[in-house]
Amino acid sequence: MQQFPCPFCGLRDEREFHFAAEAGKIRPDTTQPVSDADWAAYLHNRKNPKGETREVWIHTPCAEVFILKRDTLSMAVLGCEPLRKDIP
Amino acid sequence: MTGFRTPQGGLIDRSKPLEFTFDGRSYSGFQGDTLASALLANGVRIMGRSFKYHRPRGVWGAWFDDPNAIFDVTLNGRTLPNCAATTTALIDGMQARAVNAFPTAKHDLKGVLDRFHALMPAGFYYKTFIWPNWHLFEGMIRKMAGLGRLDGELIAGYQSAQHHDRCDLLVVGGGGAGLAAARHAAEAGQNVLLIEDHPALGGGLFRRALPVEGQSPADWIAAQQAAILAAGGRILTGTTAFGVFDHNMVGLAQDHGFAKAPSLWRIRARRILMTTGALERPVTFANNDRPGVMGLDGALEYLARYGVAAGRDIAVLSNNTFATAAQPLLEQAGCKVTLLDATRGPAKAIGKTLRAVDHNGQRIACDTLLVSGGRTPVVHLWRHAGGKLDWNNTISAFVPGHAPDGMAAAGAANGTYDLDDALSEARAVALNHAAPPARKPVPMPLLQPDTNSNTRQWIDLQHDVTLKDIKLAAQENYVSVEHLKRYTTLGMAPDQGKTANMAGLAAMAQLQGQSIPETGTTTFRPPFVPVPLELYHGARRGQLFNPLKRLPLENRHRAAGAALGEYGGWLRPAWYSDIDAEVRMARNHVGLLDATPLGKIEVMGPDAAKFLDFVYYNTIATLKPGHIRYGFMLTEGGIVFDDGVVARMDPNRFVISCSSSHVAGVTALLESWRQDGNDPDRVFIHDTTANWATLTITGPQAKPVMQALDLGVDLAGFAHMTWQTGHFHDTPLRVARVSFTGDTSFEITLPSAQAEPFWDTALQLVQAENGGPIGIEAVSHMRAEKGFIIIGKDTDGETMPHDLGFSIPRRKKRAAFVGDRSLHSETANRPDRRQLVGLRSDTLLPTGAHLVTGKRSIGTVTSSYHSPTLNHPIALALLENGANRHGEAITVWHMDREIPATVTAPCFLDPKGDRLDA
Amino acid sequence: MAYSAFALLRHAFNGHNGWKPAWRSPKPQAEYDIVIIGGGGHGLATAYYLAKNHGVRRIAVLEKGWLGGGNTGRNTTTIRSNYFYPESAALYDLSVRLYENLSRELNYNVMFSQRGLMFLVHSEPEMEIAARTVNAMRLNGVDAELLDRDAVRKRAPVLNFRDDARYPIHGGVFQGRAGTARHDAVAWGYARAADRQGVDIIQNCEVTGLLIENGICKGVETSKGRIRAGRVGGAVAGHSSVLAGMGGFQLPIQSYALQAFVSEPLKPVIDTVAFSPATGTYFCQSDKGGLVIGGALDRVPSYGQRGNMPVQEQVLSGLIEMAPALAKVKLLRHWAGNVDVTPDSSPLIGPTPLEGLFINCGWGTGGFKAIPAGGYLFAHLLATGNHHAISRPFDLDRFARGALIDEGAASGIAH
Ligand SMILES: Cc1cc2nc3c(=O)[nH]c(=O)nc-3n(C[C@H](O)[C@H](O)[C@H](O)COP(=O)(O)OP(=O)(O)OC[C@H]3O[C@@H](n4cnc5c(N)ncnc54)[C@H](O)[C@@H]3O)c2cc1C
Ligand SMILES: [Zn+2]
Repeated sequence: MQQFPCPFCGLRDEREFHFAAEAGKIRPDTTQPVSDADWAAYLHNRKNPKGETREVWIHTPCAEVFILKRDTLSMAVLGCEPLRKDIP
Repeated sequence: MTGFRTPQGGLIDRSKPLEFTFDGRSYSGFQGDTLASALLANGVRIMGRSFKYHRPRGVWGAWFDDPNAIFDVTLNGRTLPNCAATTTALIDGMQARAVNAFPTAKHDLKGVLDRFHALMPAGFYYKTFIWPNWHLFEGMIRKMAGLGRLDGELIAGYQSAQHHDRCDLLVVGGGGAGLAAARHAAEAGQNVLLIEDHPALGGGLFRRALPVEGQSPADWIAAQQAAILAAGGRILTGTTAFGVFDHNMVGLAQDHGFAKAPSLWRIRARRILMTTGALERPVTFANNDRPGVMGLDGALEYLARYGVAAGRDIAVLSNNTFATAAQPLLEQAGCKVTLLDATRGPAKAIGKTLRAVDHNGQRIACDTLLVSGGRTPVVHLWRHAGGKLDWNNTISAFVPGHAPDGMAAAGAANGTYDLDDALSEARAVALNHAAPPARKPVPMPLLQPDTNSNTRQWIDLQHDVTLKDIKLAAQENYVSVEHLKRYTTLGMAPDQGKTANMAGLAAMAQLQGQSIPETGTTTFRPPFVPVPLELYHGARRGQLFNPLKRLPLENRHRAAGAALGEYGGWLRPAWYSDIDAEVRMARNHVGLLDATPLGKIEVMGPDAAKFLDFVYYNTIATLKPGHIRYGFMLTEGGIVFDDGVVARMDPNRFVISCSSSHVAGVTALLESWRQDGNDPDRVFIHDTTANWATLTITGPQAKPVMQALDLGVDLAGFAHMTWQTGHFHDTPLRVARVSFTGDTSFEITLPSAQAEPFWDTALQLVQAENGGPIGIEAVSHMRAEKGFIIIGKDTDGETMPHDLGFSIPRRKKRAAFVGDRSLHSETANRPDRRQLVGLRSDTLLPTGAHLVTGKRSIGTVTSSYHSPTLNHPIALALLENGANRHGEAITVWHMDREIPATVTAPCFLDPKGDRLDA
Repeated sequence: MAYSAFALLRHAFNGHNGWKPAWRSPKPQAEYDIVIIGGGGHGLATAYYLAKNHGVRRIAVLEKGWLGGGNTGRNTTTIRSNYFYPESAALYDLSVRLYENLSRELNYNVMFSQRGLMFLVHSEPEMEIAARTVNAMRLNGVDAELLDRDAVRKRAPVLNFRDDARYPIHGGVFQGRAGTARHDAVAWGYARAADRQGVDIIQNCEVTGLLIENGICKGVETSKGRIRAGRVGGAVAGHSSVLAGMGGFQLPIQSYALQAFVSEPLKPVIDTVAFSPATGTYFCQSDKGGLVIGGALDRVPSYGQRGNMPVQEQVLSGLIEMAPALAKVKLLRHWAGNVDVTPDSSPLIGPTPLEGLFINCGWGTGGFKAIPAGGYLFAHLLATGNHHAISRPFDLDRFARGALIDEGAASGIAH
């Protein structure tokens, strides 16, 4: 049973969290032409790193969406940051 | 008859005799015995049979490391399979039966199999049973395999309690090191939890039987226990740490006695101290599987805890000084003892009933042979946590190496065998200090098996893995440790090779001419000892396994005679009396439906409209306040994820009414887009589904009912797809004109607390118009009559909005929206996409039937009913290029049967929509 | 040296001293025609079919640990071809057909046991979906039966037929040709047969980089040195993204731990494989008598091979809800593998953005059943440079084309 930190609520049981996506994906501007390959890459490709990773997670009880830094091999949690920039 | 009860000693209560049976014969023991100790005390030697050759097996150890004595045990009509005799506390009236032996362990008919052992070397089944086909042999082999018998009966009240707790220091193992550490840490102010799997604290101190720091073992143990408790520490006995999981979570199983479910403790420990001791290591020699050959520690445990001597005429074959220390203890118990040095020459057990041992050219008569080939520190938990192991040459064993975060080891588990050394190490480590160097190492030379001998030398007693099997594995190049284990089945029996694995490794290393650390170690997997599956179950059972969502009106529905069923996770009225009658009633008069599970998600803020434009397929920004629009939410892959209506409350406030099973999903989706990609200060999302009840009044008489309800809305000017506020007595509410039935409908949403009075009033008025409540099944019929889809039923994981006839946004919408680009992929543009159609046929089509050309599936029937309104069968289907096939004849295929049908538009009733305002 | 009962008898007379190694432990050559990365079932089967069907002579399989030690040696051994889409049915049924003859083909008993598999159905609406599945399977040429409650009970009385069941059993979808095989034996059988065809299986040889010349993959860097290759095939399952990283591209793959559980051995309890989509649990019984139990992926993506408590609780509680009599059975061992999950839970077979490098991966939770077909089709691709018709739909290009083969919805649970 892992414990993840929510920037809003603090350390909580992993069952309260949902994995959303790898961090850093930028949605192509679909009002402009986007190639099939670029769209497919945005939709489906990922680094899926073995080791340190930055991911977007959701803390279900408070609905905070945030960035979680962790290690996919050791399961160590390396930190979290809110998506919003103006929170200290 | 060899084992016997000593006249005194042990932790048993001799004033409480207990009766029990084993393999049909009666015996007696004492309170405090285990099944194994009681049998041993009665002189019973053969307590089981080995798995493969059905060789007779005596008990080898005295605790969880024993591979041999496995019983099905019955008490008061409850039977548990595969009980380890060594850890099952004896209870009066127990009936035990050795597993995998018939009729008894002593006289097992399958014992003849051993004669054919030469035909059953390691992995023989991989080389045979190839012709004609394995399945032909399998049934017979499966009956031979397996150990205990499961009776299929449930035990009433068998439910594991679940505890969650935390501590500063979890000390696993209540022997000398654990007690010393726990006391030291507790007295230093740490929140300490000490656990011990035996019913009593003390670990190896009993069998050691020497004073501890000047006190008798019992006094010393009692003193530590008292001190720990006095310092605020906690102690759980009969409790096993069965696994260490991520982030220092330790699983504990707390025993509550026979046929009672153990409790599961999930302990989050700041630090874990492993004082789990070490296990006796066997010696590999000829005929070492004979009953009467036992582990030395096991024999000493029987003596110290249960007052049972393993035999009278005892030889001890060992490589270490523990044997020397054991000699006087055994002699005091009245045994004759001969010490043999295992490092000097091979040994051979003589006699089916053990009568002697040949060693170093001598024959020593004995009825019992105790072996001690060294010690194996119990490092399982260390490995669960990802800790490393180091090879220690002095004691020829793997010991804890680089520590996992927050974990330490002390005492025998750490390879520190001398008690004084162990105690000082434990006290240091308890405070997270470096341990002082050991002053009195206890060397244990590595015993090398005689790999040239042709004799049968056992490595794994339960699984009948012999040295020859290890040799065969080496010869056939199954040399990696995992191949060795899997090919020979070494260490895969219920004891998981607690004693056998090291012997196997030593043999493989010897055969390969390399060291043990070069050969490797097997992985240690939880659980440390077998635990009942119930441990993980607890209260997560029956209805609580996945609780249903309940309606605020459930009692009213029950009173109205509703048949309740599960729909999208909610318990809802399926029907009240008769589905067809409900449909006709609603079509001809009026129906009252509980639509509470429909989503009610509020989206607010200055960016709300823009935001919804993005998350919806349809354009929402142009929706005027007071109006309602039907729309789809797509996945980024362009697949229809949800359909529902959006109502605009005011310029900056919307309510999304998504389908009832999607509320959590839609809310999460909205939240993630809101926070990731939008300005979270300009749009807010709030799911109010649970706060409001929604009731739908539908049918030609809906208006009169509304009139009578007098909710303060303007009925005359109430257009379809608009909404108004109103009130029921003092309760404010919303009324929306939307329709899932195609008839005039009013959807009233009001606080859940007011649902019952409102229902009572509405039902009365509905009944006054010859109407009544309708269930979800009637609504499904009515939806299908109108060709209204249910997402996930009439759509699947490929359906895009244009497959359902909604193609304008795809072609025209300028703003970006979720899934937009995917609607223009090669696949999205294919002409043969499966599109929604209706089907007409003479007979009712089975839902789930396919539409075919030849034997190629070109579609499926997604909903099919006999329409009570039209009085003929109707069906909805997804069909390749279906939109262009209206009027065509088509073949419906179900379970090899073909049924003719005609493709139609999906709407069967009132395609113009006249009934909406009838 | 062929394996047979007769050979066993003969060798018994000389103490089994005459058995030869099942495979050699060769030193790697400097160059091969084809190098396969990953000595799991798919890698080994590919090597075997390359040699056997395509006459390729110089083949190496490079395995960083011990052969079969990845998911092939960790799975719950379920084999079936009850898929919804014709593309999947063609692939998995090819596999079942190859399994049906595999022991004889490899001269190694892989213990393929066709004792059937059933998906339980827990409600009347689900019965309609089940009918849709059964019809699809039959139209795909795969055997399938729709069972009613009594028929399910006859096949597996240990299941939960109590009135208070959270998930009552209404029926089942049964495939009689489905079943299980011994996972290690599949790896070992292919390894032995490939070795006899001259394939070099090199264990403890980790690929640490790709040799890329002028944008073309020309070989691999390994812990045992550089090995050049005409073509390189990757079959590294959960490590596919790591391999892609070496090639400078990304894949539509997320790695997860998938757990499995085995109980203490019991006399026969169930003689088929039973899945409950509602509880997310499935189980069968091994020939040795242990109940083999599986369920959902872990919730947290990872490369960890040990698995986590929430899923253990979910799966084992689910098992007891599915068969309450098992509550008192003891759990012996649990473990996890590192599986490669694609967005549509269908595999990836095909060329990669790096010329000269091909992949066979994305089998996720269910590629044991596909080992013979995966090897067969990947060998075709590596030998000819072109897809076999059956593997074509599983090319990486399906994502750009939007042509996903999403079985998720069709089966509810993927194994
Ligand atoms: C718990 C569990 C249960 C499952 N149950 C089933 C089931 O019931 N039915 C079913 O059909 N499937 C099941 N599966 C899935 C199935 O096991 C896999 O899909 C299948 O075994 C994949 O085979 P593979 O050869 O592709 O991968 P693997 O067997 O994992 O082989 C890949 C190999 O590549 C090696 N490797 C990785 N990186 C490198 C490198 N850089 N250099 C060299 N070698 C490398 C690895 O060591 C590994 O041996 C299950 C999986 C798990 C984990
Ligand atoms: Zn939070």
